[in-house]
Amino acid sequence: MLVFILKRLAIAIPTLLLLIVFSFLLMHAAPGGPFTQERQMPPEVLANLNAKYGLDQPLWQQIWSYIWGIVAHFDFGPSFVYKDRSVNDIIAQGFPVTLTYGGVSFLVAVLAGVTLGAVAAVKHNTIIDYFAVGISIGAQVLPNFVMAPILVIVFTLILGWLPGGGWRFNDPSYWIMPVIALSTSYMASIARIMRSSMLEVLNSNHIRTARAKGLPGYRVIIRHALKPALLPVVSYLGPAFVAMITGSVIVDIYFSTGGIGKAFVDSALNRDYAVMMGVTILVGALTIFFNLFVDIIYGWIDPKIRY
Amino acid sequence: MALLDVENLTVRFDTPEGEIHAVNGVSFTLDKGETLGIVGESGSGKSQLNFALLGLLARNGRTGGRAMFDGLNLLDASARQLNAIRAKRIAMVFQDPMTSLNPYMRISEQMAEVLMLHKGLSKRKAVEESIHMLDAVRIPDAKNRVRLYPHEFSGGMRQRVMIAMSLLCHPEILIADEPTTALDVTVQAQIMELLADLQRDFNMATILITHDLGVVAGFCERAIVMYGGRVMEEAPIDPLFEKPTHPYTRGLLDAIPRVDQGQDALRAIPGNPPNMAGAPKGCPFAPRCGFVTERCWAETPPLVAFDGARARACYRPIEEVAA
Repeated sequence: MLVFILKRLAIAIPTLLLLIVFSFLLMHAAPGGPFTQERQMPPEVLANLNAKYGLDQPLWQQIWSYIWGIVAHFDFGPSFVYKDRSVNDIIAQGFPVTLTYGGVSFLVAVLAGVTLGAVAAVKHNTIIDYFAVGISIGAQVLPNFVMAPILVIVFTLILGWLPGGGWRFNDPSYWIMPVIALSTSYMASIARIMRSSMLEVLNSNHIRTARAKGLPGYRVIIRHALKPALLPVVSYLGPAFVAMITGSVIVDIYFSTGGIGKAFVDSALNRDYAVMMGVTILVGALTIFFNLFVDIIYGWIDPKIRY
Repeated sequence: MALLDVENLTVRFDTPEGEIHAVNGVSFTLDKGETLGIVGESGSGKSQLNFALLGLLARNGRTGGRAMFDGLNLLDASARQLNAIRAKRIAMVFQDPMTSLNPYMRISEQMAEVLMLHKGLSKRKAVEESIHMLDAVRIPDAKNRVRLYPHEFSGGMRQRVMIAMSLLCHPEILIADEPTTALDVTVQAQIMELLADLQRDFNMATILITHDLGVVAGFCERAIVMYGGRVMEEAPIDPLFEKPTHPYTRGLLDAIPRVDQGQDALRAIPGNPPNMAGAPKGCPFAPRCGFVTERCWAETPPLVAFDGARARACYRPIEEVAA
């Protein structure tokens, strides 16, 4: 097990290097640059700027010094657009926000989705089941960029219960709407996956054996059915995690939460090469770690998996 | 008084295609310590009949009739009443040991939970007793292997685990649903031998469900032959094999390949098993019977006792045709 984890971490290093090189090349292949503006700059000024940020060097040298900066000093470079801020500053400011509402959203999506799906399966073809399926379909067809403005209209403008934007770590009322907007559709997907896998497990032979043992119904479900029914949900968590990070862009824009999603989009629009790279690497590393985490959970649930 | 008295038991399933009549009025009794075989081909309703006894039918199943066990009708017992009987007084061994054990739990956990539930033992004590039972079903090195998962056992060993698990509470009735069907022939013989030994040692009444007449002949004192969800014939083993009186039983016996008679081809019963959708009318075997009469199509033959311990449901039994 430990060997497996170390091996996976070792593979993560070349994966990240490849990610850096590809993103770097793609970024530079796109026309324009950080200093392209509507008003023409004198060529001497442009040349000076390019020299200052190292953009006059050959591409391979730029990549090399960038990687070296990260490896040797954990320095992701200065922002090309915000003169007084480094990429490390921007990430240090935005990432805790994203991590907080993202983590809460993820937990809400998993816990609510699993519960809803499991209850629907256990109460198959009853009012409760139809209700749960109704909720999950409703939640699925409402994308977050539709959900977010509706939430603001209802809870801020009409009811006046919640702040319509901004972020405070010490006031969870600021968290509620971002979490709802981000988690709802994943909650719905998890509920649907959980419901169908639970239905399948409940019809399997080993559940009949468990019932024949005289175990009460809830213990059959919790002890014998829950673990196998969770397997398809766990394999969905990897892609869901990545999609939620992308979804955080929408949340940052609608609720002005100031997470890295906003920094990422702005950097792409402004050609802020360094910020773009920094966020890309961060998200890439998170994805790798998260998939490792998912694999470990998988092995914990299914004893047939050996590392 | 019989230990288990089943009277006019029916099982029906509601499906989108209509009602499936899986079991249509089956009656039998089981005495203390007796071994009863229930024989029939796939779809004859023999498994559903026994699932019905322990309330293990699929969700869309409904039962009718009575099944009296110790003054309680199992068919309309509450979940709580059934749970107090399941595994403790009536235990079941299932057909497919590959899928009937929980693949995600250690054997120790799966066995111990039965004892913890019904006997209130501590986890440690329960595992200890589970190991004794694994020894009893002759699993070598049970002390260490109890910690393994089902996929770490062979098919035959898994069925031994299944049997050990069913015997943990020393049940009064053991229902073995095709316990050897999923196993290869040499292992089959070992498992049946083991079951026979344990049945004697524990003095359990046993219902053996099978499509294999050879297994019934070796294990049971009495057998019921089922077809189309009905009892066709019931008899003690020896007369059943020596002198079958129902055309279906006769067909089944003829279909057993015999080494001593130099057969060229297998003798099958012509036709297919009946479609169980819709209410049955007449004898279910009529479409495949060589001796069928007008009456067989119109009326369902009742199960009539004869010759003391025997009974059959037929308007034209073999001996009348022969006479």
